[in-house]
Order: sequence, then C-alpha cells, then structure tokens
Amino acid sequence: MAVFEHRAEVVQNDEVAPNTYLMGLESPPIASAAKPGQFVMLRVADGIDPLLRRPFSICSTSDGTVVLLLYRAVGKGTRIMAEIRAGSSLSVVGPLGRGFVPPGTGEECLLVAGGMGIAPLVLLARSMEKTGVTLLTGYGTAAEIVSPARLGIEDFAVAVATEDGSAGHHGLVTALLEDALAGKGKKIVYTCGPAAMLKKVASLCLGKGVQCQASLETAMACGLGACLGCVVPAAPGPGRISFHVCQDGPVFSVSSIDWEHL
Amino acid sequence: MNHLEPDLRVSLGPLKLRNPVLTASGTFGYGKEYAEFVDPNLLGGIVVKGLSLKPRPGNSPPRIVETPAGMLNAIGLENVGVEAFLREKLPWLQTLDTAVIVNIYGHSTEEYGAVAAQLKGAEGVAALEVNVSCPNVKMGGMAFGTDPAASAEVTQTVRKNSDKPVIVKLTPNVTDICAVAGAVEQAGAHALSLINTLTGMAIDTKTRRPRLGNVSGGLSGPAIRPVALYMVYRVVRAVSIPVIGIGGIMDVGDALEFLIAGARAVQVGTANFVNPRASLEIIAGLRKYCIENGIARIEDLIGTVIL
Repeated sequence: MAVFEHRAEVVQNDEVAPNTYLMGLESPPIASAAKPGQFVMLRVADGIDPLLRRPFSICSTSDGTVVLLLYRAVGKGTRIMAEIRAGSSLSVVGPLGRGFVPPGTGEECLLVAGGMGIAPLVLLARSMEKTGVTLLTGYGTAAEIVSPARLGIEDFAVAVATEDGSAGHHGLVTALLEDALAGKGKKIVYTCGPAAMLKKVASLCLGKGVQCQASLETAMACGLGACLGCVVPAAPGPGRISFHVCQDGPVFSVSSIDWEHL
Repeated sequence: MNHLEPDLRVSLGPLKLRNPVLTASGTFGYGKEYAEFVDPNLLGGIVVKGLSLKPRPGNSPPRIVETPAGMLNAIGLENVGVEAFLREKLPWLQTLDTAVIVNIYGHSTEEYGAVAAQLKGAEGVAALEVNVSCPNVKMGGMAFGTDPAASAEVTQTVRKNSDKPVIVKLTPNVTDICAVAGAVEQAGAHALSLINTLTGMAIDTKTRRPRLGNVSGGLSGPAIRPVALYMVYRVVRAVSIPVIGIGGIMDVGDALEFLIAGARAVQVGTANFVNPRASLEIIAGLRKYCIENGIARIEDLIGTVIL
C-alpha cells in the first residue's frame, strides 16, 4: 500500500457552515489511492510552531485528483487552516490506515455521524449504491448542519438530529439509530463521532448483534506506526492488549475495542 | 570551491558510520515504517525502539500532546520485547547496509544485563544504546540515569554481557550531566548519546486534568534544542569518548550546530514525525555544506566551535 508525501495546492477552503470548512487539496496520488475511512497527515504551516502534523479523515475526493477534508476551526491547527487561501500549498502524507470494510450484499447500511464525524462517512456513502444506505447525522444545533449537497451526498437518505431540537429530531443521533435498528432486515452500521456517541452506538449494536465499524480519533504524531502515541485499548480477551489507531485503524469493528476504558 | 565529493564517514570508537546522521530511538520504528520515504541504506544508522526483556504494553493514553515548538510523550516504552525483536524485526534489519543500533532498557541492573546477553552475537546489530534516561516508566529508566553510580553499574553490566560497542544515552534531568557522563565513561562506555527528553507536563484548563495519561512526559522537538546543544558542548569537553548529539534537530543547520559543538554524530528524532524525509535532507545538506565550505572530511568540522 503506497503512501505519498508531497506539497499539495489548496484548491478550495470554503466555509460550509459557521466555522466549518471544506478544504480541497490537489493530490492525484492520494485522491486516486484513497479508500473510504483512510486519513491523511497534514502540515498546516511551515516552521516549528505548531510542530506536528494533524490527522484528518478523507471526507471525499473529486475527479480522482482532489482530496477534500472537512474540519471545524476549534484548535490551534484548524484555526490556522481556516485562514489559508486557495493557491497556497501544504505538505500532506497519505493515504494512511485501514478503512471501512464494505457491506455484504443485501445488507442495509446505516451511517451514523456525530458532528464532524460525518467526514469519513461521506466517501463511504459515495462508494455505495444509493439504495439501502441511510445517513443518520447528529449536530448540536441547526446552524452547524453541513448541507448534504456541499458534501455530494444529496441523493442519499439523510436524517438529522439536533441536541437543541432546532432541526430534525430533538435529541441525540443515537435515538435515530435505535429506531432504525428496531426495523426488520440485516443491517450493518458505520460510525464516526465523539467518544461518548461512539460508546452508545457500540453498545446498541453489540446489544443487538449488529455488525458495526467505528472510525476512531486520537492524538497522533506520525501516522506511520512509529510514535506509538495513538493507542486505544483492545476488548478483553486472548489477543492484543491495545491497538494503534494509525496502523490497525482508524476503523475498528466495535467488538474489538474496550469501550469502558476508551 | 572544492568540487571533490566530501567524505561524510565518521568513527565513534569501534563504531564506523557512513555519515553522521542516525534516526533516534522511538521515532523511526524498526526502519520499515519509513521505507516509503527513507532508504535506510543512505542513513548513518537506525536506532530502533527501546527493547526490554519482556514485551511491555506501555502507558495509558493520551500519550502525546503538542507543546510550543515541541511535544510531550509518555509512551512508556511499549515494545515487542527482545525475543520477538530477534525473531520478527531483526531479519529485515539484517538485509540492510546500515548501522543498526539497538536501544535497550531494564527494570533492574540485572535486566539490562539480560537484554544485552540476548543480543550477544546477534548478526546485524552494530551497537547497543543503553537507555538509562526514560522519564516515563516508574521503575528504573531515569532512576538509573540521574545517579552516576547506578549509571556506571548498568554500563559495566551491559559491557560484561555484550560483545557490541556500548553507547549510553543520558538524561538531561540532572544538575550536572558531566558527572554522569564521566562515571559512565569510567565504567567502560564506548560512546555517549544525549540528550533524552526533558521531563514536563501540560494541563487542560477546561477539565483541570493533565493532558497526558501518565501526568508527566518527555519534552522533545526544537523547544529543547538549545538545552541539548549546551549539554553536548559541555560533555564533549568533560569526557574523551565520542558523543552523539540529540535534541530537536529539524534541519541541516541544527545538525551542524551539534557537530561544530563537538558531537561526532547526531540523531534525528521528532523531526521524522513532521517531515518523514528529514534525515535524508539533513545528509544532503551536510554534503552541500562541506562542498560550499571546502571541507574534505566532515570529521574536520567536528568540534571546531570558535570561542
């Protein structure tokens, strides 16, 4: 599996919701090799502060040449990113990690996203047949919603939950999942979002014996398996004690993770 | 201008290197992790992740946090253990034409000796680097490195149990690093490498919790470079064995500072995370510097700081 590092031109950096951006990087090698669920390590500025690269899920690709990253400007790195204009260039490493395993034939796919956790699920959805795929998306409030059209998923069934009830279901996205899991038919769940949400999704799926794959996020220095910073605890059992998110993940079957200690 | 190809080879006592640039332990895996970016045969050598007698799971997360111009890590010496290293990692390393230096660690003096003994006769291992300076494990590690007598005892034990050149990696978390350096030299070390990370911490002001699972961690990156450089400068003048400089080296200019201060080689660590090709770019930069400055042999540059 080839990994590339190069300076990629920023071809777009659009504010798609308040303080939420979709950055496009011209990277034919990464865009053409990327699989749903994989990530890149981005150096948001030259120089030594901030020092480290940031991991970002590949949200989507366009024309096989552009890699799209969805982010909210909340920290030092993402605030710098938000200021970057099209025409600049940034060093990017990728595609990295193990992505989602595709569904079996006839399985109904439920893609459960919390906030920016929608990022890796966009490319996953776009790799699938439109029928039999439902995106369940959760946000704090209506203003945070990223329009499905901006993400290229407008043709999919998309349900929304907001914690303040300003749009869609009033409550957590996991309530939508509970309803969806109550229906008949073989289902598979793909999820990404905050840890508390993932824990709930995992417990719902494990309780019902529904297959579920979750994309995890941790602090990470290299993305290449060298720094050993991105460890997550493995489910109790005879196998591994822990996993490295960068190499063993970022996508894991929820049954392999020790959610209690995550 | 001198257009002759400069000679980048350096010798550190019994250890001969193709050039003075090594990758630091814990920042380059076992070499294979970086194979997409770095041909290991172009490096002076690789120092592999610290090995203990038995596999270690390492510390609870979070294990790393970024700090101004640096990072704190508290990995806790997660490693496969020396037996798995010999079985699973060394065969690939043996195919390389570069100096493979194995970093070792023990909970007790005896354990250091036992790890060294396991590596005795191992083909393809050019030297041992003895870690008496890890700040992130409760027992041992830095507890040895902050005590000149304990450091000397570990050094002696490793020497006794090994047929390889022995490099001792020193901690900066001491009042006088020269005292430890001198004791380790007396105990038979062939070379010294310094510095390991500086102990530090960071607190999340929202949660009021430490940002690292281990509370404290080791600071690395450009933030520590001036501290490292001065320690190297001092130790070079305090001992007569070769010194390898480590600490926040990001580019050729940083590496040159350490060589001019008297280090006979350098290790590139945190920079590998930021720029996976940093080590090779530094080697290319050293060659260019030598050509531009009419330096025929890089060894002619070492320790030439003008006071």
